Amino acid sequence: MASCTLETQTARNADVNLVAWLLRSLFPPSALLLPGAASAAYSFNFPEPVTPIARETLHIHNEFMLIITVLFVVVFAIMIYSMIKHRKSSGHAPATFAGPTGALQWFWALVPFAILLFIDFVLMGIPAVKAIINMEDTQTKADMVLKVTGMQWKWQYEYPEAGVKFISTLATPRDQISNAEAKGEHYLLEVDKPVVLPVGKKVRVLLTSTDVIHTWWVPQFGVKRDAIPGFLRETWVLIEKPGIYRGQCAELCGKDHGFMPVVVHAVPEPEYLAWVETQKAEAKAVAGGAERTWSKDELLVEGKAVYEKVCAACHQPDGKGLPPAFPALAGSKVVNGPLLDMNGKVIKDSHVDRVMHGKAGTAMQAFSASLSDVELAAVITYERNSFGNQMGDMIQPAQIKSLR
Amino acid sequence: MSTATTHAAEHPAEHYPGGLMRWLTTTNHKDIGTMYLTFSLIMFFVGGLMILAVRAELFQPGLQLMQPEFFNQLIGVHALVMIFAALMPAATGFANWMLPLMIGAPDMALPRLNNWGFWLLPPAAILLTLPFTLALFGIGDGAIATGWTFYAPLSVQGGMGVDFAILAVHILGISSIMGSINIIVTIFNMRAPGMTMMKLPLFAWGWLITAFLLIATLPVLAGAVTMLLTDRHFGTHFFDAAGGGDPILFQHLFWFFGHPEVYILLLPVWGLMPHVLSTFSRKPAYGYKAQVYSFIAIGLLSVMVWAHHFFTAGMPVPALIYFMFSTMAISLPLAVLFFCWIATMWKGAMTFETPMLFAVGFIVLFGIAGLTGLILADVAADAQYHHSYFVVAHFHYALFAGGIMGVMTGVYYWLPKWTGHMYSEKLGKLHFWLTVISFNLTFLPQFFLGLAGMPRRIPDYALQFAEFNAISTLGAFILGLSQLLFAWNIWCCVRGGQKVDNQVWEGAEGLEWELSSPPPHHSWEIQPVIK
Repeated sequence: MASCTLETQTARNADVNLVAWLLRSLFPPSALLLPGAASAAYSFNFPEPVTPIARETLHIHNEFMLIITVLFVVVFAIMIYSMIKHRKSSGHAPATFAGPTGALQWFWALVPFAILLFIDFVLMGIPAVKAIINMEDTQTKADMVLKVTGMQWKWQYEYPEAGVKFISTLATPRDQISNAEAKGEHYLLEVDKPVVLPVGKKVRVLLTSTDVIHTWWVPQFGVKRDAIPGFLRETWVLIEKPGIYRGQCAELCGKDHGFMPVVVHAVPEPEYLAWVETQKAEAKAVAGGAERTWSKDELLVEGKAVYEKVCAACHQPDGKGLPPAFPALAGSKVVNGPLLDMNGKVIKDSHVDRVMHGKAGTAMQAFSASLSDVELAAVITYERNSFGNQMGDMIQPAQIKSLR
Repeated sequence: MSTATTHAAEHPAEHYPGGLMRWLTTTNHKDIGTMYLTFSLIMFFVGGLMILAVRAELFQPGLQLMQPEFFNQLIGVHALVMIFAALMPAATGFANWMLPLMIGAPDMALPRLNNWGFWLLPPAAILLTLPFTLALFGIGDGAIATGWTFYAPLSVQGGMGVDFAILAVHILGISSIMGSINIIVTIFNMRAPGMTMMKLPLFAWGWLITAFLLIATLPVLAGAVTMLLTDRHFGTHFFDAAGGGDPILFQHLFWFFGHPEVYILLLPVWGLMPHVLSTFSRKPAYGYKAQVYSFIAIGLLSVMVWAHHFFTAGMPVPALIYFMFSTMAISLPLAVLFFCWIATMWKGAMTFETPMLFAVGFIVLFGIAGLTGLILADVAADAQYHHSYFVVAHFHYALFAGGIMGVMTGVYYWLPKWTGHMYSEKLGKLHFWLTVISFNLTFLPQFFLGLAGMPRRIPDYALQFAEFNAISTLGAFILGLSQLLFAWNIWCCVRGGQKVDNQVWEGAEGLEWELSSPPPHHSWEIQPVIK
């Protein structure tokens, strides 16, 4: 079996190389302003599978492709034979039959359907049912849970058992997207903070969303599942080979749908455990940050970083927004309104309220769920004192903590 | 008989107001058919221009021409325009022109309803595209940007373009339902004496099933988008989990309409095919009854398979298995049709005029759509294909090669009958070959893009997708430009050309070929008797 797969692989690569060469001579990479290395990467089939499901899917896909290719060739060979033989110009006199006559013709008319019935419900049907049952079995012998939350336009990952939680966003610089700068090798498929998963462990993946429907997809895992706001969906992966695996959001989720990649680092278990420890230590440091009093300058520096990562996609780096869908923060009544009421509580529809609890029916989400106390305090302070806004005030992480 | 002839002679058939008033007030099925077809052709170019802008953006990685917001508007409105304003009106245009001629009826049963049905279309098309123009003047943020599927909650979040699209869909739906009622009533009541249901031309059968599907499913779409409208503006929570609703409910409702819609677009074309194949093979259509029963079976199955459009949304295992097998079951009646088409050609005496070329091209390319559809039904494999360019390629094989090339078959086949002139065979053949080659150049690479992992509806992509996208864009521009030949050929044919006789095609059979070309303004005032 293994050697057989290998052979097909080599044969396929040979095909790919020929076509790749043809394509490259037609569209030289220089003409497309691409690095030469990237153009060799495309393929005519699924990328290399690294989970049992993906392997099974590739196998099923190849088998089905073979079946439908044979069907296509046989059926249209008959048609083309007829088109050549039964032409008026070759003097063929038309027959007059309009249906099967006699037992033999009935037999030949019914044979194709018997074959198709067999293909549909046995040849394709039985492996398909097995694959479904396997694919949907998320719980048997699951070693750990990864919770994935889709947000416009980033992914939040949570490891409930380890208590680790972070947001992962696109790392490709905007200048590359606007063609002001040469594109990197992993253009649009790179993130600031990848998910780390251990190899050889069955990971139960729970999915949800905070705003609209997103779809978590890593082609090499053979897994694609919608993240639906207000509901939990699940799937599973068991990565067999260490490596970096890249995918994208697959459901249209608004303006930056094309810019929310998924990157998974699959590492051996000890490495994974070490990574979890560093994450915990980092989280502790961040939580500790909420206890102390921050200076305004510290908040502004931190706030700028948070703003650019989380807010700038909609409200734009210059705070001018993209009205009417994404309002400007520069000169905004909300941002330039009062911070808290006289008792230090949140005022409804105020700046703090918007940032922490979002605005229903819009892309403005409740960030209290995804940002830390420090990040919230910093970004609110930053927005009130940037883009020409001169409120001069600030809010401390400790205050945010008490407002939650 | 003689009195009737004198009567007709005293009142010349063509008395109607001149100029614009003729078209605004006409209740004549031929005039209305012409208006439907003209409208469809115009909207075909409008929708085409939108997607050429999209393909131009996708020519290279990086954002060159437009921002993602505008990109999202173009893809959604392209689909809505092509489906509701180009393909569906083309089929209704065929029905208006040809049904009365084919079944020996003097006109459609409900002529005023017919007029209203057409005149609802232009306002709907304006509603759909107006937000683009309004945005130029700083009003609103453009057209609907959710794709043509309106998925909640994205559509709840969207700007006023969504409201425009909802109202446009309502109006288009009303127009289609009225058209369908008219077609059903006409077929049931106005057939020539002696034309039993099992002697009905297959084109009429195809349209009859289409009309029932429209009446069964359009109200569901109307309900779904109305619920969306109230979620957006009146505080309901049909699709909002926080209020006890469910976003996936929208997908169930939408695709309960959306899947039959595919057959609504294709059944009129399937009805047309046996006529064309039989004409140019000079041999009767094979398996009349089998084709009729297949139309009915496909119609019934089409409302039972909707959830295969969102397997990745997650559903119970039994539901997955049911929707997979019911979807695969459609391949059986569809295979009957393919079998009958090829058997009609078998042992005929074929010639390959433009309509026959398009018919054969349709069969081959639609075959690819059908076969890829079969594997898309497989839930496990679908997890890879779904939401990817594989699906985009698949449904363009179904709806461009199946739908639009089918409509072109009909246009070339009937144009001489409508105008009394022969179109240019040379231009027609050139149009066919350019269309077929550039169509495959556009969409074949998209299968590979999908397999390699490119999601659909993204304005920018990773570098490994660059070459196939460049080829696809090149193909799309050739495809778009070659359609100008089509429009030019029609224009010249309407204006003049070699005169044709009643029969037009050597092998053509049926009532419509007994009338003069072009037929008189009022035809079959005395119904023919079928023996």
